[in-house]
Amino acid sequence: MMSALNQHLGVMKTALRRMFTSPLAGFLNILVIGIALSLPAGMYVLLQNTQNLVAQLSGSPQISLFLTMETTADDVAQLRNQLERHAGIRGIEFISRTAALEQLGQNTGLEDVIAGLEDNPLPDAYVVSPTAIDARSLDELRNELQRLPGVELAQLDSAWAYKLEAILELARIAVLVLASLLSLGLIAITFNTIRLQILTQRDEIQIARLIGATDAFIRRPFMYFGALQGLFGGIAAWLIIALGLQLLRLPLATLSQLYSSTFSLQPLSFSDSLSLLLFSVYLGWLGAWLSVARHLSQTEPR
Amino acid sequence: MIAFNQVSKRYPGGYEALKHVSFELAKGEMAFLSGHSGAGKSTLLKLIAAIERPTSGSVLVNNQNVSVLKKGALPYLRRNLGLIFQDHKLLFDRTVFDNVLLPLQICGFDHRESGKRVRAALDKVGLLNREKSNPIALSGGEQQRLCIARAIVNRPSILLADEPTGNLDAEYAQEIMAIFNSFHQVGVTLLISTHDADMLRNSHVRVIALKHGEIQHPASHPEPVHSAGTGPA
Repeated sequence: MMSALNQHLGVMKTALRRMFTSPLAGFLNILVIGIALSLPAGMYVLLQNTQNLVAQLSGSPQISLFLTMETTADDVAQLRNQLERHAGIRGIEFISRTAALEQLGQNTGLEDVIAGLEDNPLPDAYVVSPTAIDARSLDELRNELQRLPGVELAQLDSAWAYKLEAILELARIAVLVLASLLSLGLIAITFNTIRLQILTQRDEIQIARLIGATDAFIRRPFMYFGALQGLFGGIAAWLIIALGLQLLRLPLATLSQLYSSTFSLQPLSFSDSLSLLLFSVYLGWLGAWLSVARHLSQTEPR
Repeated sequence: MIAFNQVSKRYPGGYEALKHVSFELAKGEMAFLSGHSGAGKSTLLKLIAAIERPTSGSVLVNNQNVSVLKKGALPYLRRNLGLIFQDHKLLFDRTVFDNVLLPLQICGFDHRESGKRVRAALDKVGLLNREKSNPIALSGGEQQRLCIARAIVNRPSILLADEPTGNLDAEYAQEIMAIFNSFHQVGVTLLISTHDADMLRNSHVRVIALKHGEIQHPASHPEPVHSAGTGPA
C-alpha cells in the first residue's frame, strides 16, 4: 500500500520535472490552457451576476389593469370578485383614480399643475400579483385579463425583465458552445504536448518495455502529466477570472452607487471553482489518454 | 530452461534469419552463441525475449511457449530475463544508480529494499563508486558493466547477452567474462552471443554455432571464425 503510494508520488514528481525541464514552454502551455478556460468561465461569472442583477431589479412580476374611464363602482366591485376568485392570482391591490392622481402629484412634484386640471385624466386601476412567474403563463394571464369587461389595458410590468432573461438564455447557450469548443482545443493542446513527450522519451519507453514494463507503467507518467497540466491550467484560469473581477469591482461600485444600488460582483463560488478545476484536470487527463493510446503503439521495440 | 523446436524466422521482405533451429539449454547451463554478423544470433535472442515472434516452430522458456504469449503477458516474461545489449541501451538523463533502479521501479519494489539491491548489483560489477555519475562519463567497458548490473538487479534466472564484448578490447572483455562466470557459478542460465574467436577458443563452454540461420553440428566444438573480432556486429 505504502509502496504503491510512494510509486505514484514518484511518478508525479517525474511528471512535474518533465513539465518544467524547459520552464518557459511549460509555463506557456499552462497559460494557454488558463486563457482558454477563463474565457467561458469568466463569461459564466458575468452571466450569473447579470442574472442576479435582473432578479434584484424586477422582483416579482405584476400586471397592471387600467379600467375604462366609464367604469362605475359596481363594475369595480364585480371585477374585484372575479379577480379574487381567479386561481392564477395571488393578490390584488386597487388604486382608485383619485389616489393615482395624488400619488402622481407627490412623486413628480407637479401638484400645482395637477390642481389646475379640470378632469382627472387617470383611470381606476388594479395591480395584480400572479402566482406564476414564467413568461408564458404570465403572458396568457395578461391576455385573459385584457379580455375582461371594463378593462382598457392589461400591462405586464416586468416584460422587459423577461426579454432580458431570453437574451441571457441566448448568452448562456453561446457560453456553452464556446466552452465546448475551447475544451476541444484544450484536449488538442494536451494531446500534442504528450505526443512530443512520447517522442522525446522514446528511448526510455523502449528500454522500459525491454526490461518488463507493463503498458500501465509506461502510460502512468504521461497521464499524470496531462492531469497536472490541466490542474495548473485550471488554477491559471481561476486566477485570471479573479483578477478580471478585481479590475471590474471598483468602476462597478462607483456605477452602482450612482444608481443608488447595492449591487456588487460575486466571484466564482466554491463549488463552481471546484468544478472548474476538476473539469480542467479531466480534460488534461483525457487529452493525455487519447495521445498515449494513439502514439504508444508506435514505440514498440524493434 | 530454454528450448527451441524447429524455429524459423522470416522477416517481412523475405529474408530468412533462422531456419529450423532446434536446441535446448538446461537450467544453470552457460553457452555461447557464435557466428558471423547476420548469422541470426540477435534474432535468436530476440525470440527468447519475445521481442520478435517466430514464423514457425516453438520457443519454450521455463516450459512456457513464449511465441504465443499474449502482449499483456510479455512484461512478466521479461522480468525473469536479464537482457544485456551490445549498445548498452542506457538512459543518459539519469545517474548510474537510477539506471539500475529502473527495473525495480518497473516491478514496484519497495524504496528501501531497492536501494540495497541496486548497490549490491553495482558492487558486483565494480561500479559502486560511480553510482552518482552520469553514464555518459563512463568508459565503454564500464557502460557495458552498468548494463549488466541493470540486467541482474532483478535477480533473473536467465541472462541473455547480445555481443556483450563486441566493442571492447581484450582486457575489458575478460573482465566481463569473469563476471558472467561468477553468475554461472551461482546457477544462472546464460546465453551469450559473440563473434569473438579468441573468447571461444579460450573457454570450455558449450558453443551453439549459427551459420546463415542454421545450427552447425557438432555444436560442442567451436568452428574457427574468420572475423578478427574487432569489427562491429
